[in-house]
Amino acid sequence: MSDATQSGPVLAADGTPLKRSLARSLRVQKMRAMALIAPLLIFVLISFIFPIGKMLFKSVQNDIVEQTLPLTVQQLNQWDATTGELPDEALYAAFVADMVVAIDAKKHTRLGTRLNYEQTGMSSLFRKSGRKIKRLDPETDGPFKDKLIKIDKKWGEVETWSVIKTHSVKITNGYFLNAVDMQRTPEGAQAQPEDKRILIKLFQRTLIMSLIITCSCIMLSYPVAWLLANLPARSANMLMILVLLPFWTSLLVRTSAWKVMLQQQGVINETLVWLGLVADDSRLALINNATGTIIAMTHILLPFMILPMYSVMRTIQPTYLRAAKSMGATNWTAFWRVYFPLSVPGIGAGSILVFILAIGYYITPEIVGGTKGVFISNRIAYHISSSLNWGLAAALGSILLAVVLLLYWCYDKIVGIDNVKLG
Amino acid sequence: MADTGNHDAFVEFKRVQKSYDGENLVVKDLNLSMPRGEFLTMLGPSGSGKTTCLMMLAGFETATHGEILLGGTSINNIPPHKRGIGMVFQNYALFPHMTVAENLSFPLEVRKLGKSEREAKVKRALDMVQMGAFGGRRPAQLSGGQQQRIALARALVFEPELVLMDEPLGALDKQLREHMQFEITRLAHELGITTVYVTHDQTEALTMSDRVAVFDDGRIQQLAPPDQLYEAPENSFVAQFIGENNTLEGVVTSISGDTCVITLDDGEEIDAVPVNVHNVGDRTKVSIRPERVEFNKDRLHADAHTLKAKVLEFIYMGDIFRFRLSVAGNDEFIVKTRNAPDAIKLAPGQDIEIGWLPQDCRALDA
Repeated sequence: MSDATQSGPVLAADGTPLKRSLARSLRVQKMRAMALIAPLLIFVLISFIFPIGKMLFKSVQNDIVEQTLPLTVQQLNQWDATTGELPDEALYAAFVADMVVAIDAKKHTRLGTRLNYEQTGMSSLFRKSGRKIKRLDPETDGPFKDKLIKIDKKWGEVETWSVIKTHSVKITNGYFLNAVDMQRTPEGAQAQPEDKRILIKLFQRTLIMSLIITCSCIMLSYPVAWLLANLPARSANMLMILVLLPFWTSLLVRTSAWKVMLQQQGVINETLVWLGLVADDSRLALINNATGTIIAMTHILLPFMILPMYSVMRTIQPTYLRAAKSMGATNWTAFWRVYFPLSVPGIGAGSILVFILAIGYYITPEIVGGTKGVFISNRIAYHISSSLNWGLAAALGSILLAVVLLLYWCYDKIVGIDNVKLG
Repeated sequence: MADTGNHDAFVEFKRVQKSYDGENLVVKDLNLSMPRGEFLTMLGPSGSGKTTCLMMLAGFETATHGEILLGGTSINNIPPHKRGIGMVFQNYALFPHMTVAENLSFPLEVRKLGKSEREAKVKRALDMVQMGAFGGRRPAQLSGGQQQRIALARALVFEPELVLMDEPLGALDKQLREHMQFEITRLAHELGITTVYVTHDQTEALTMSDRVAVFDDGRIQQLAPPDQLYEAPENSFVAQFIGENNTLEGVVTSISGDTCVITLDDGEEIDAVPVNVHNVGDRTKVSIRPERVEFNKDRLHADAHTLKAKVLEFIYMGDIFRFRLSVAGNDEFIVKTRNAPDAIKLAPGQDIEIGWLPQDCRALDA
């Protein structure tokens, strides 16, 4: 009689399968929804996803050697660096041929810069030799081996060729190895010399300091969020404005204000000296070190902790505490056994937010961090804008992203992401 | 209405006042005493001060003036967690992050009971409310009625002598509510606990309680067993608030002992019991219950006063018939009659005569 009693697929009134007619009726809705989000989607794709993807790809991209020196790379593949013998004449000839083309296109200095990341001196070697190789004719001026060595004796060193060979692969792990204080050598991945190992330390410092900042944010925010959630509406609004006030002030202004506060001759030190708590000749070093970064960043990230905490605490009914007390729990037990567990999702949400923001923070450590208080992001910025080693910057950025995703995943496994409430 | 100096009282309010803002009294001079084992309901419209009284008893609000005694000792300065009073909240307040068993175990844990003892008590309490199989569930996985049972079990598990309930059945549907009303009274009497129950539902108050305290405007208007409250309301607020009620307004023309004659505003005269009218000439509201009005002339007393009435509406309610009449200028005069084989069905527009026994008609304050 009805559709439900039929066997086989359920049919709509006009005899088409119900699933198909449902899909058809929903299609228009879906297309309309898509059309509404399309502008944003396209914008995000073009201006965010695509450039970031390209940037991250730079961390492994390494076709410059092969593109600039195609014939040389072919010859290098046949050469074994471990024998300790220089390559033969064929390779030198191929190199000169490649270089002449490259010099014409003014690409040889870029290659020099690239190889200079791996071995200092390569940049000037390519630049200086370039001027002389330019005058050679690859067809007639051979043999080139001795001529090149005469131009610069580095061309007569196995190491030079070995570096070019090692970094002639199209997709390299070299940048990632560099990012974790290792290097790509003919013998495989090896640790950097002791004095060059700074990045792992910087990663560790970034993680530890972010953790300290997150913890101090939790400590400071919890009572404030509690007050916000429990005060009468009018006072809570006032307090909320105070919490949000920093948002309306420029980040640079706030950080600079901390500079004024924390200096050796700054407000805090002056006050402490005036109170006699600190001797005039042993003023506290509060800035241009890790302490400065922690203080300033805790202050700047505080709202990101307070707001999620507040939104969770607001939903905790006061009757829970009353119920606990009516059952004989003291104020402390009621708080610890009932209120606190219910507020954990807020702490979790705030911690994730603050930690992830902190781990990638740049401006504040740059201004108040000195050398002991800078983060990995400052190093990334350095490689992007000063050393122009974008490959290494991209590798560092990728690692940072991976660390954040890993932590997020761990958090999801341990606490559960559905326990996180942002509002 | 003030029970003072009762030495057997278990719970006692002595001249208790409460103000939140220092300008208005939410509770005005409350005096109340309850013997051990009584089931007392505080009934009243919202804002009448009944919940405030309950919260003062529980210790979540402090009395602005007066004394609250529990078992003969003042508890004004005892914090809530030391009062040992079980409480069921309006929204149950079951801890969402604990299982049912953990919820029940909580009051025992804070009392530092051993594990085996706790488990035995939790099991017994769950069985008591027929929820033995649900110990491992979270409150969110339970229906409203089941949560209600757990909240009840949690308030009882640590064996308090006094249990307070703040509109515990408000969120349940009618059928479940009626069932739970029965369950709660059964448990309260079986366990012999003293219960203070707050509700604004007068049916609930009447069916469950030993005594009902009707609150209005921060005062107890009447404190009496349900039958007395219904049949002998002491003032017109109680008469209006409890059950359905018909009011006719008039002036007292004579009083003689336990009867008086009232001249209604349209000039007709009726007999009534003077309750709180004292002088001839006082204005009064006369209260008659709809089911005590009789329009079958054969059943009327020979000496009963009768009034002319016009049927305005007939409402069929299944077990009863309900008629809306126009009586002495009052168009909202309700009459109820049982749907018996010989019941008369009046048609709208019909003119009839109605009457009642003089003792069913109470002359109250205007």
